[in-house]
Amino acid sequence: MFDVQSIRQQFPVLNQQVYGKPLVYFDNAATTQKPLCVIERERDYYLNENCNIHRGVHYLSQKATEAYENARITVARFINAPEAHEIVFTRGTTESLNLLATSFEHLFIEEGDKVMVTAMEHHSNLVPWQQMIQRHHGELLVVPMDDNGVLDLNAYQDLLKEQPKVVSIAHISNTLGTINPVKEMITMAHQYGIPVVIDGAQSMAHLPIDVQDMDCDFYVFSGHKMYAPMGIGGLYGKTEWLEKMPPYQFGGEMVDTVSFEKTTFNKLPFKFEAGTPNVGAALGLETAVKFIESMDRKAVAEHEDLLLKTAVERLAQIEGMRFIGQAPHRSGLVSFVIDGIHPYDLGTIVDKMGFAVRTGHHCAEPVMTYFGIPGTVRASFAMYNTIEEVEVFVKAVERAANMLR
Amino acid sequence: MTIKEIQDSIVEDFSMFDDWMDRYAMLIEMGKECPIIDDQYRDEKHLINGCQSRVWLSAELKDGKIYFAADSDAVITKGIIYLLIKVFSGQTPSDILAADMSFLDEIGLKEHLSPTRSNGLLSMVKQMMLYAEAFKLQEVK
Repeated sequence: MFDVQSIRQQFPVLNQQVYGKPLVYFDNAATTQKPLCVIERERDYYLNENCNIHRGVHYLSQKATEAYENARITVARFINAPEAHEIVFTRGTTESLNLLATSFEHLFIEEGDKVMVTAMEHHSNLVPWQQMIQRHHGELLVVPMDDNGVLDLNAYQDLLKEQPKVVSIAHISNTLGTINPVKEMITMAHQYGIPVVIDGAQSMAHLPIDVQDMDCDFYVFSGHKMYAPMGIGGLYGKTEWLEKMPPYQFGGEMVDTVSFEKTTFNKLPFKFEAGTPNVGAALGLETAVKFIESMDRKAVAEHEDLLLKTAVERLAQIEGMRFIGQAPHRSGLVSFVIDGIHPYDLGTIVDKMGFAVRTGHHCAEPVMTYFGIPGTVRASFAMYNTIEEVEVFVKAVERAANMLR
Repeated sequence: MTIKEIQDSIVEDFSMFDDWMDRYAMLIEMGKECPIIDDQYRDEKHLINGCQSRVWLSAELKDGKIYFAADSDAVITKGIIYLLIKVFSGQTPSDILAADMSFLDEIGLKEHLSPTRSNGLLSMVKQMMLYAEAFKLQEVK
């Protein structure tokens, strides 16, 4: 049975007061809190196992290498990647996307080429592509969305005919909560022979991910948004792509042989992992994956959906409430503004009442421009949030709105 | 009143409230009272950099004293700049430049604002000081 109280006990950080009020943590789309098992795993690594990996022949190095590679296997299994070497550890989604943009640039981008993103992307899935394509006087194609925050698939179909070299799409929008029909969009792109990158930053903690079923060419994610430590994330890529892609960074670990005249590179996935990796965080990520897997995932999803549904229903009763993002398929978060009230004012007051919500453009300025607003207040949920927290939050928003009107 | 006297009375107003919600309520009320800036000053040139919400500030020199006006699209921000306007408006450039701003610490405003808002507050003070400096130079000429 799903018992939110026993889950909360595994997240000691939640049990504190801010400004003398109980903390309500609704900023999970920015980063989730970490369960004790994850914290202890990383601590244990530094207490007992810390060692640089892959190169040492001594006992500790071999143990650490084995643990790190097991973490890779666990992550591969979690997203149903066929091979563990198709998982590259990175610092997170942003680094994964920069890796892809840079590597593609050297692999196949030519003068005047196009790449495609959507109107609801996080800056991390926009700026690397934009900067890269601008260097080649190319064009960034943008899939438009409607006022509910739903992508226009007819327009997408038309844009595919312009033959972008790659398409990169958020699985779940960090601002609107929209779950995009990625499987369908991947199939459509593949009909034109175009590879697809899926930004899974917001989806790993909430949805079951199956990269083979989805048939994406690349899937990128951050550990810290899925109960794992900061500083670790990943990139899944199909072997055929990773094999032909040039390295992104150079240095230790990623080389095979080096002379002053020439360097040959290591095999997958090490070719893409230059320098000493964040081993402790990777082990924390593995533990986070196992933590998620240990839950009744259907029950967790139902609980998170109920939090969202309750928040939307109750908030809707507040005068002047305007939701930003009302897609039929949504996950994990509600974004809103109230008529006549600046989101920063609202965010400031509810912060003083103990609520950690995000206020601003959420690193998606084009989305704010589309809706003609300076920002939103965003409440994003995780498995440890409760219906009671949602209820007091709605009351706090109402009180703040009354103060500010 | 001198700058110091105005600052002392603001410190006194703030000390009446223990709860930061009440202090915010006061800032919000001040924001609603803030005299609105003339439309011609609501442009890029009068925007203060470093604030997360938009803040416009104008200043004019009359009989050796500076008169400030401001506006913001966020009401708490407007309350904060109005607080500064109350302190500085109607004062001479030299007095403004010589002002001790430690009253902001006394009312606890800086520490209770988020770091981004606190930066915004400092930007506002800096902008007002820059006006004072410019007017002072003008006078010397």
